[in-house]
Amino acid sequence: MAWRIEKRPTSLAPAPVWAFPAALGFAVAVGTCIFAALGANPLAAYWVMLTGAFGSFFHFSEVIVRAIPLMLTGLAVAVAATMLLWNIGCEGQLVWGGICAAGTGLFLAPHLPPLLVIPATIAAGAAGGALWALIPGVLKAYLAVNEILSSLLLNYIAIIFMEHLYFGPWRNPEGYGFPGTAQIAEMGRIPHFFGTRIHLGLVLALVLAVVLYGALRTTRWGYRVRAIGLNRRAAHYAGFKIRRHIVGVMLLSGALAGLAGMAEVSGIHFRLQQGLAVGYGYDGIIVAWLARLNPLVVPLMALLLGALIVGGEQLQAVLHLPASISMVLEAVLLFGLLLSEALSRYRLVRRPPAANSDVTQEEEAT
Amino acid sequence: MIEDLAFIGQIAVKSSIAVLLATLGEIVAERSGVLNLGVEGMMLVGALCGVATGVATGNPFLAATAGALAGGVLALVHGFFAISLRVNQVLSGLALTILGLGVTSFLGRPLIGMRPGVRLQALPIPGLADIPVIGDIFFRQSMLAYLAYLLVPICWYFLFRTGTGLKIRAAGEDAAAVDAAGINVARIRYLCTFTGGLGAGLAGAYLSLAYTPGWKESMTGGQGWVAIAMVIFATWNPLRAVIGAFFFGGLTALQFYFQAVGVELIPAYILKMLPYILTIVVMIFVNAGRRGRRFGGPAALGIPFSREG
Repeated sequence: MAWRIEKRPTSLAPAPVWAFPAALGFAVAVGTCIFAALGANPLAAYWVMLTGAFGSFFHFSEVIVRAIPLMLTGLAVAVAATMLLWNIGCEGQLVWGGICAAGTGLFLAPHLPPLLVIPATIAAGAAGGALWALIPGVLKAYLAVNEILSSLLLNYIAIIFMEHLYFGPWRNPEGYGFPGTAQIAEMGRIPHFFGTRIHLGLVLALVLAVVLYGALRTTRWGYRVRAIGLNRRAAHYAGFKIRRHIVGVMLLSGALAGLAGMAEVSGIHFRLQQGLAVGYGYDGIIVAWLARLNPLVVPLMALLLGALIVGGEQLQAVLHLPASISMVLEAVLLFGLLLSEALSRYRLVRRPPAANSDVTQEEEAT
Repeated sequence: MIEDLAFIGQIAVKSSIAVLLATLGEIVAERSGVLNLGVEGMMLVGALCGVATGVATGNPFLAATAGALAGGVLALVHGFFAISLRVNQVLSGLALTILGLGVTSFLGRPLIGMRPGVRLQALPIPGLADIPVIGDIFFRQSMLAYLAYLLVPICWYFLFRTGTGLKIRAAGEDAAAVDAAGINVARIRYLCTFTGGLGAGLAGAYLSLAYTPGWKESMTGGQGWVAIAMVIFATWNPLRAVIGAFFFGGLTALQFYFQAVGVELIPAYILKMLPYILTIVVMIFVNAGRRGRRFGGPAALGIPFSREG
């Protein structure tokens, strides 16, 4: 019996089940090297990360709190990527969602009936993100401007604008010069559960994940989006309005990212301040691809990344190791996924020993 | 008035060098067919490595070289994934940027606020520096700026007038044809990706050694992404990269100028946004102007090559 590696006969082979565990294993291995290089006991470090994330109900609730914006930005990236659109601008759309939610809570709420304040805040957040994503969407659809670069550059613009707001015109007059807006009144905050910081955003994210999954699988719109993603030219010949779908999907994607910003402002910070744009938009890219763009898997991967972030903070608190190790591990996780994806194009085949030159074939295949 | 112009011009050139170096590198990489979105990450690693080497050795040349090499090594990671493993180049490049951000954030912590040890001072070129206005603008810059001036025509000549340049461009247009001609596509692409990393690393080292000496977390502030956009503006031509970079530098210089003079014709936050806004506007115009014409980018940009098909 001889083993040999050969290319899979079809490139459309379903994603292997082991791709994600392999990526995770790769990240753990690289993390072990990093910890060892920093002079820390890798086992102790991982133990701190694990107990920090899952050690108690309180710790796990913090993981969920981090996972909520990641679920929403992950869904945002995933829905766009299903159509082969790269929304790298989730960070900026999240910021605009936050700006609009804060604006509604601070300035519009006193003029609204109390029952309408939270629906209006949610709608404003979604609209803010959607409108910001409209720019790269329209530029891509009608002027063929690369959406990766346009959406990414818009992140910087959104963040500068937000800083201008809370350093300038929206700054809290009673804030003793502290950069940030005033606090949003109680009625403008979304409800919390179980006495923790877990908020309505979780319900929103989970419901949207299921709805998106259903919409992409069962509706005519979802069919078109998937068809355009698989083969744009064929979809064009089938008469699908590709430009309109690009704009529509970007609007939806931006709305999801905007909701993440809304949830951060109305559920966590209660004001616009430093610490809103901390990279959840970029992490969403990792979440979406770890989930292989499947909306139902996105929440799970968001939890994983949330645990990584919370665990990283514990590393800093307990072992005085830099928390940014978790960012390195995120990147390694993505590289690990790419690695296992590349390997999955090949398969290991057991063959009876053949008389002719199997050896050279083996060498060629590897 | 003339003095103001010289002042703005000098800062404009000074502010454009990093984008120029990174753009030149990315042009070489993309010409060979490899799209590397990790420029921002490679610049950060180059910047940090430059400062660290400067602190350790006190030698500015070693510091700049180390910065460039660090960018090159990081680019090889992308090369391995994009060329050998043939994975999605957009994802691999994004992962590289996140990796660069994370690695520099934790390795750079001890260096924050530290003096860089070395800095590349402005080095007036005797004779040329005394030319009124032009001398002030172009010839009272640091060593790396002069290197960038030289690299522009060198890159152009190399890509468009040498045999190797032809092979590189062919690899970016039709890798199968290059392979059929008996040329090793993977080797060309690896070398070009490495070269792109050198450019980005050097750009980062310029920032941390000459432009704003010292290390600061995410000190590149999106210049790597601007550089990638400028590659499109330059239509993958090193000579046109100068215009794009100078344009970016000019907008940055205006910010300094208004701050220094104390005039607020345009609110400060709008000025801060302008380089990013106008980079997007530039991309729009380039695309509108190119309508109907054949030439976009290298035809095989971002497409992995494999003989297995």
